[in-house]
Amino acid sequence: MHELAITQSVVDQISERLGGARVTRVALEVGRLCGVVCDSVRFCFDVCTQGTALGGARLEIIQIDGRARCRDCGASFAVDDLLTLCRCGSADLELLAGQELKIREVEIANV
Amino acid sequence: MCSTCGCAEGARAVIVNPEGAKATSAHDAPHAPDHHHDATRAYEHSHPHPHLEEQHRTIRLEQDILAKNNRLAEGNRGWFAGRNIFAVNLMSAPGAGKTTLLERTIRDLGSELTISVIEGDQETPRDAERIRAAGARAVQINTGTGCHLDADMLSRALRALEPAPRSVVMIENVGNLVCPALFDLGESARVVIMSVTEGEDKPLKYPHMFRAADAMVLSKADLLPYLEFDHARCVEYARRVNPRLELFTLSAVRGTGLDAWYEWLRRRGAS
Repeated sequence: MHELAITQSVVDQISERLGGARVTRVALEVGRLCGVVCDSVRFCFDVCTQGTALGGARLEIIQIDGRARCRDCGASFAVDDLLTLCRCGSADLELLAGQELKIREVEIANV
Repeated sequence: MCSTCGCAEGARAVIVNPEGAKATSAHDAPHAPDHHHDATRAYEHSHPHPHLEEQHRTIRLEQDILAKNNRLAEGNRGWFAGRNIFAVNLMSAPGAGKTTLLERTIRDLGSELTISVIEGDQETPRDAERIRAAGARAVQINTGTGCHLDADMLSRALRALEPAPRSVVMIENVGNLVCPALFDLGESARVVIMSVTEGEDKPLKYPHMFRAADAMVLSKADLLPYLEFDHARCVEYARRVNPRLELFTLSAVRGTGLDAWYEWLRRRGAS
């Protein structure tokens, strides 16, 4: 359950950046290949935000599709998982997208 | 989880240095009276929702969620580099033979390499005691409910261990093939261990871990005659997930196949 540590880190970072401002929405970017389960993050978010300035905030998760470039033939293409091979047969892929794990933006209530 | 400090009962890692016999944690200081752990609290939701009339402002953050861990990991990496220490992060499922391989390695290479060990487990100092009995210095990190080591735990363990310059530090991560893959510790190399009893398709089932590794050790090779384990297929699967993986097939109990592993340690430790 690394999602608990990750979600706690989201809450900590937002609290550090925004002090006590009440947060109403949090938007995360999560790559489809980064190994983080979005449903677990949603579950942990409710637990981690209780009693903080993020309590009750809406969580939005933007999933980023995977893309890779073949180191052998140079082709770039969409990948759904880490087991995809290039059409040339090579497994030596450089991941261009899909490993994101970012806080994109937050919305705060103006007082 | 407690939202004041991020702890949960038992979730904060405790570092045990058998030499000093003193456990440290961030919770040495008592909590303020209004800050207590109430198991039911996480399910309450009494927060009012006066959202209708409110003005909202969006703030773009574009902040890496693992930034803090990665920053601490870079700190550890610099710490190792400044002391010419080769640090290996050993990861596997529980029971793959990490500690047995370390015991054997310490016994065989102890006279030419200075090796010390950081042991990660949820509970008990048993593994650190085994390492000390094999002749190396060791500290234990007990993560409580935690399923992986992170860069902060490692940095605290390093302060307790004080490894010698120009030495090798072996970090035995918590037995888990999922979570440790995501957390950079600042190590010099990552090694994944899988035993032949786990089935040849393990690299396909846990691709994140095998992709994140520099080397793979296939352990308990002495059991191969008794198993239907297709070694060539396992290698093929591992290379499909990570074509750059260095591979070692060995038995720490019988002492077979260890030379290539030792050669890798010597070579990487010297560079």
